[in-house]
Amino acid sequence: MHNSHSAFFDEMHLDDSAVRDIYATYNRWLQDVPHQQLDSKRQEAEVLFRRVGITFNVYGEDDGAERLIPFDVIPRLLSAKEWAHLSAGAIQRVRALNMFLHDIYHKQEIIHAGIVPISILANKQYRPEMFGVDVPNQIYAHIAGIDLVRTSESQFYVLEDNLRTPSGVSYMLEDRKMMMRLFPELFRRYSIAPVEHYPQVLLNNLRAVAPVGVQDPTVVLLSPGAYNSAYFEHAFIAQQMGIELVEGQDLFVRNNAVYMRTTQGPKKVDVIYRRIDDDYLDPLVFNADSMLGVPGLLSVYRNGGVTLANAVGTGVADDKATYIYVPAMIKFYLGEEPILQNVPTFELSKEDDLQYVLEHLHELVVKEVQGSGGYGMLVGPAATKQELEEFRLRIVSSPSSYIAQPTLALSTCPTLVEQGIAPRHVDLRPFVLSGKTVTLVPGALCRVALKEGSLVVNSSQGGGTKDTWVLESEDISENKAAKKSKSTEKSELKTEAEIC
Amino acid sequence: MLSRTADHLYWMARYIERAENMARVLDVTYNMSLVPNAAESEAALWLPALEISGSLDAYERDYPKEYTSASVIHYLAMDTRNPSSIYNTLRSARENARAVRVAMTTETWENINALWLEFDQFVGVDLAKSGLREFCDWVKARSHLFRGVCFGTMLRDDAFSFVRLGTFVERADNTARLLDVKYHLLLPSDEEVGGAVDYYEWSAILRSVSAFQAYQKIFSDSIEPWRVAELLVLRSDMPRSLHACFDEITQILEQLTGNRSNECKRLAGELHAKIHYGKMNDIFQNGLHEFLSDFIDSNNMLGSEIHKTFLSATSG
Repeated sequence: MHNSHSAFFDEMHLDDSAVRDIYATYNRWLQDVPHQQLDSKRQEAEVLFRRVGITFNVYGEDDGAERLIPFDVIPRLLSAKEWAHLSAGAIQRVRALNMFLHDIYHKQEIIHAGIVPISILANKQYRPEMFGVDVPNQIYAHIAGIDLVRTSESQFYVLEDNLRTPSGVSYMLEDRKMMMRLFPELFRRYSIAPVEHYPQVLLNNLRAVAPVGVQDPTVVLLSPGAYNSAYFEHAFIAQQMGIELVEGQDLFVRNNAVYMRTTQGPKKVDVIYRRIDDDYLDPLVFNADSMLGVPGLLSVYRNGGVTLANAVGTGVADDKATYIYVPAMIKFYLGEEPILQNVPTFELSKEDDLQYVLEHLHELVVKEVQGSGGYGMLVGPAATKQELEEFRLRIVSSPSSYIAQPTLALSTCPTLVEQGIAPRHVDLRPFVLSGKTVTLVPGALCRVALKEGSLVVNSSQGGGTKDTWVLESEDISENKAAKKSKSTEKSELKTEAEIC
Repeated sequence: MLSRTADHLYWMARYIERAENMARVLDVTYNMSLVPNAAESEAALWLPALEISGSLDAYERDYPKEYTSASVIHYLAMDTRNPSSIYNTLRSARENARAVRVAMTTETWENINALWLEFDQFVGVDLAKSGLREFCDWVKARSHLFRGVCFGTMLRDDAFSFVRLGTFVERADNTARLLDVKYHLLLPSDEEVGGAVDYYEWSAILRSVSAFQAYQKIFSDSIEPWRVAELLVLRSDMPRSLHACFDEITQILEQLTGNRSNECKRLAGELHAKIHYGKMNDIFQNGLHEFLSDFIDSNNMLGSEIHKTFLSATSG
């Protein structure tokens, strides 16, 4: 069943005959399970997901067109050691990014030091409205999704940072719940770190960043509403945290404060976990046509009357044009060597890089800066001649609008597809939470490109999800399961770091 | 709680209740059609069903001069053009639920979502040919389930109150309409009182509000029109009667507003008093039809007041 993609590192198989240590137990179990049974589990999952309503809307289709993101029943496993490495790297990165955001909206020392060019201030994602504005605990990206890919046993790369309104955490939580329901026997054999406390950690963090002087802060989640593609996730997280799920029309501004309309009259709101982009937050400042936001919100925010999570203007730090400077930021702000590497990146504003990229377009991945979602992107090896030519013209006419990277040999993970079990490319998005501390729960969203050979894992492009199991101990022998005792706190401690 | 959330919960419950009542009317009307000579024509049999649902005008626009059982059944059960069709009311219930799934328990949400997923089995089925009974039974059962899961899992907070409020405002309206339309049609013309057809007709009304057994138990006597009216208007121990609905409504409004007084409470109290202290003789003397249409109007007014006081997002 595993043969063709030997050019790629596989999460499970070393070669045709051997499996990686952490998968040994799983593999033994898998050998005994007929594929039909796996498939019926997959179907069961689909029925359950539909019943719970874990669906996303597809823009531009008939309302009522709710789709499931495909769920794969074969998990991705990470050893405790691998996780320690990844989580330390992700935390380091997010700490530096938050310091960068504070700096760029205050003294701009990193520009004066000549590390980041001044042209960054012209980036569309830079919000001059935020200059000089102090946010609680100097935290801008309260929730950060760090996209990681793997190319070998030891090599992980950061593909991109998501610091605006990163989504997908509900799949981390729901996929886990589903796996525990479908395969309880596997959870007895492995000691798998729990992720269920994510909403609680997030809520504690959000409460910790309430405006100064607020004793018992009211936290709400601001959603664009039931027709947004990620609505399920908004509802799910709000419910798990026990906070109100509000829409723009539920909020209003009065006397430098934000209120929500309740059946008992107006109620003051202190922290808004917003899942609406900057552009739609406040029609008085940003997009004037927006019906999703709250008129006057930004003015209250700038005066410190309410906290927004994530902060306004984080996009300047996760833009692809900024990405290349993150390793230098880590050195500049933290005085540390980056734990996780960036993908080698060509800057097309440099003459040499541009020359090389134009000559090797068919081998490279080209991404538009200030874009997201996998649309404004060229995957060289998969592109047609015409697409290559179109992109060449676009690059030549505006080189600084693009970056290019080598096509990475993304690792594969065995996945249940129509033909049986076959390797499919995967990535990994752990969620880093910043509040009082910077933490992550030991788990991640694992996205899988279901099409054979495809490297694009986005759900908007037909990707699916897998549960990610972080194993709590290195010893993965079967007897270990009996001694399963590691507590949630312990695994959290490992990945905690105080904000300086 | 958020006004918008309350609004969605209230309408979710109203739509479920509306679907249940529509299913009851369809069910008994269909039963009547199986009784020989029950009505002089198909139209006479099915028109009242359209009238009760308040969709007669719209129906006549969509199906000019066509009162066949097939088209009426389709119109009331499945037609996407009819906003009060069971299809549309259940769909609206689910849309409202989806918009505020956070405000209800997971079990409540999953119950409504499952209802909508299960509905699929009836789509495309010609219910007039076969399967109408099963369909109506299913709608009623899902409505019972909905109330049960709310009762069994929801915190007794404002969210619960608004769900209950929606249920009873809708139910009061539906019972009043049913009685008004049917009573009007069935008032005994001097001849043929007490015939077999009459018996079926009256028992059908009782069955449509699940009151047949209650009637037998309370009166254990032949079915008399004035007793049916009394049962459905004045008896407080009859769960679908106007009195029972307003017992609940006044109580819920009390819980929602505490000591504060408002127009909602005043309206509801006034209506409640009318039923609570009303006498059937007086009602008949002044005309049952007049009484019921007044009631329906006042109940509608209460609905708008509830919107103004609790549900609209314009205050503040």
